[in-house]
Amino acid sequence: MRIAEIIMAIALAALSLAIMYKAGERPSWSGEARFSNVGFGEDGAPQGGFWPFWVCAIMFVCSIWVFINGVMKLSPPAKSGGPYLDRHGVNVLLTVGLPVFLLVLLTDYISMYFSMAIFLFYYLFVLGRHAFILSSAMALVMPLWMFLFFDITMTRTLPKGVLAVEDGIYVPLGNFFRSLDGAMIGLCFLAGAVVLVAASMLSKRGEDA
Amino acid sequence: MEVLGLLLDGILIALEPANLLICFIGVVIGLFVGAMPGLGSVNGVAILLPTIFFIKQSTGSDAAPMLFLAAIYYGAMYGGAISSIMLGIPGASTAVATTFDGRPLALKGRAEQALVTAALASFIGGTIANIFFTGFAPPLASVALKFGNPEIFALMLLAFATFVGLGGDDIPKTIISIMLGLVCASIGFDVSEGEPRLQFFDLTGFSRPINFLVLAIGVYGVGEMLWTLHTTRGDTEMSKADVSLAKIKTAAGNTYREGWKGTSIGSSLGFFVGILPAAGATPGSLMSYGVAKMTSSKPDEFGKGSIDGVAAPEAANNSASTGAMLPMMTLGIPGSPTTAVLLTGLVLLELEPGPRLFQDQPDFVWPVIGSFYISNLIAVLVNLAFIPLFLWMLRMPFTILAPIIFILSTAGVYAATDSMFDVWLMFWFGLAAFMLRILNYPLAPAALAIVLGGITEAKLRQSLQWSDGSFGIFFNPFFDRDGSGSTYWIAPIIAWIAVILILMPLFQVIKRRFLRGPARPSHWQG
Repeated sequence: MRIAEIIMAIALAALSLAIMYKAGERPSWSGEARFSNVGFGEDGAPQGGFWPFWVCAIMFVCSIWVFINGVMKLSPPAKSGGPYLDRHGVNVLLTVGLPVFLLVLLTDYISMYFSMAIFLFYYLFVLGRHAFILSSAMALVMPLWMFLFFDITMTRTLPKGVLAVEDGIYVPLGNFFRSLDGAMIGLCFLAGAVVLVAASMLSKRGEDA
Repeated sequence: MEVLGLLLDGILIALEPANLLICFIGVVIGLFVGAMPGLGSVNGVAILLPTIFFIKQSTGSDAAPMLFLAAIYYGAMYGGAISSIMLGIPGASTAVATTFDGRPLALKGRAEQALVTAALASFIGGTIANIFFTGFAPPLASVALKFGNPEIFALMLLAFATFVGLGGDDIPKTIISIMLGLVCASIGFDVSEGEPRLQFFDLTGFSRPINFLVLAIGVYGVGEMLWTLHTTRGDTEMSKADVSLAKIKTAAGNTYREGWKGTSIGSSLGFFVGILPAAGATPGSLMSYGVAKMTSSKPDEFGKGSIDGVAAPEAANNSASTGAMLPMMTLGIPGSPTTAVLLTGLVLLELEPGPRLFQDQPDFVWPVIGSFYISNLIAVLVNLAFIPLFLWMLRMPFTILAPIIFILSTAGVYAATDSMFDVWLMFWFGLAAFMLRILNYPLAPAALAIVLGGITEAKLRQSLQWSDGSFGIFFNPFFDRDGSGSTYWIAPIIAWIAVILILMPLFQVIKRRFLRGPARPSHWQG
């Protein structure tokens, strides 16, 4: 834990320095030298780079403070002898963090709704060890609800990825739902709920048997 | 009297069927969110913030979306108690103090007593705080209307200083967190000179300030879920509760006799702690628990199932959540991370938060305040009526809830920003929040700083332009602002209080060196 505290402090200090460097940058068309914008202008007011530069300067000083606390074993994480991430923590990152990363990554390729479905099925069936029926029902109903809510009701289309290029799925689906009136869409939401309840009851019976 | 008339109008608007339905749905979602371990009011409102566009679109009013968010906030304060009592793990950090006595009561087989006490104390705490709010808000707003640039900057300084002085977390880490938030808010363009700045790697996503929502959902959606999965390991055991109308009646009687003192302490103390920007509901409830124990005639019963011990923190967390709304609505400074999200909601609805809101938008302000009263009433009724349902819902495995939160976070950020770049940013923020949290970095200061960053910088620059670059405009009451020779006291007083607050930890270090005082608790989220 102490090593992690020190490494994090160094990383934050480096980040502050990098942002300070970036804050001093002038656009090429202004022709001014770097760091000419971190002080006060002729009118007495601070210039554009002043705020981010000095904010990061304070952050840099505090990172050094955390670093010293870490080296001198003054802060609680630096005093703790335990590892930064134990086996369980690494497990959480690999079995949950990585799939969330893939959820976002796959969005660009197979659309957000499909990556949601895969993510839900993985999480429920593989990680949660829920019954196959319940996991598939959730993977089917949740993205459909999301589609009805975001694409149809709120008219905020979520990304369709490469699928949208030869869209044989979303365009007909969208046209179908857009032709329905409000009450029918409400019924569709309800139908999803019925499927979920039925699936959870079926899977419970499976567990009992 | 004028205030009462406005309030009555507001309550009547909040009672319109559509608004009532919105409050009801909000309260139910809030109760659920609050009851689920690992989710609190801030997660609930952050993840559901994008829905305000939909509510505005379908109702056509600005007030309705805020009614919804405020109702979630209220519901969550009630809901937190349910898992604190039944599972022994706080549903939200605001309900930490409720476990101290709520759990022992449940283990003694008096779970229904604890649940009813929590609900009634919450109701009374919320109602008293609403009355305080109604009384304090209009005068505070009219005073704040006279604030100029230096006064507003001094207020912002005070908001950050309270985190350093009163937040109770590691000081350099708190400051780093604030600075990270401020930097995120300054990315994009320098507004007054039109120059691009901090556009890292020339990515177009960095050509505007980072949206607060992206940070909030990253930290409180993805980061918080990872953290909860990391910290909660084995399964917990749920107590049994036998709820019937007769039992609720007896429990209410007991609450009245044995819990009035805790309730009154929590209601009043909670409100004033809630107003402070760095505090919020968690320290409010912890402090009220402490004070109730200190002043009790039976302090030995605390920790073993005292009714006062359940009533004080529950009254306080509801009261503090209303208290936190006061600076948000009147000054534009959020009192807690949840109110920071609500503030963003105001901005998204194209309303300018701050003192002018009361003057320019009475049609918005008063129905929202009226809805505080209504939501509070709905929350206590729904809570008492549906205790069995919530107990059933608590059995929902975390392995079903967690993936739903992850996909809601992803879809929510995209729906609100229309940019995959922001979805990625949200993911990285979540991961960074998780890594930083293990090392005790507080993240709430970053959430507040990203909201206040833009206005803080603007006010600093405008003030310094006014004073030709002299910081005397903030600290010296005799500083001549306009050549008229008049004195200005408000900004210097606020600024010096901020300086004292920043230096306070230094005093504490000195005190600890010589007197060896105990350390203060450092968990809060509120």
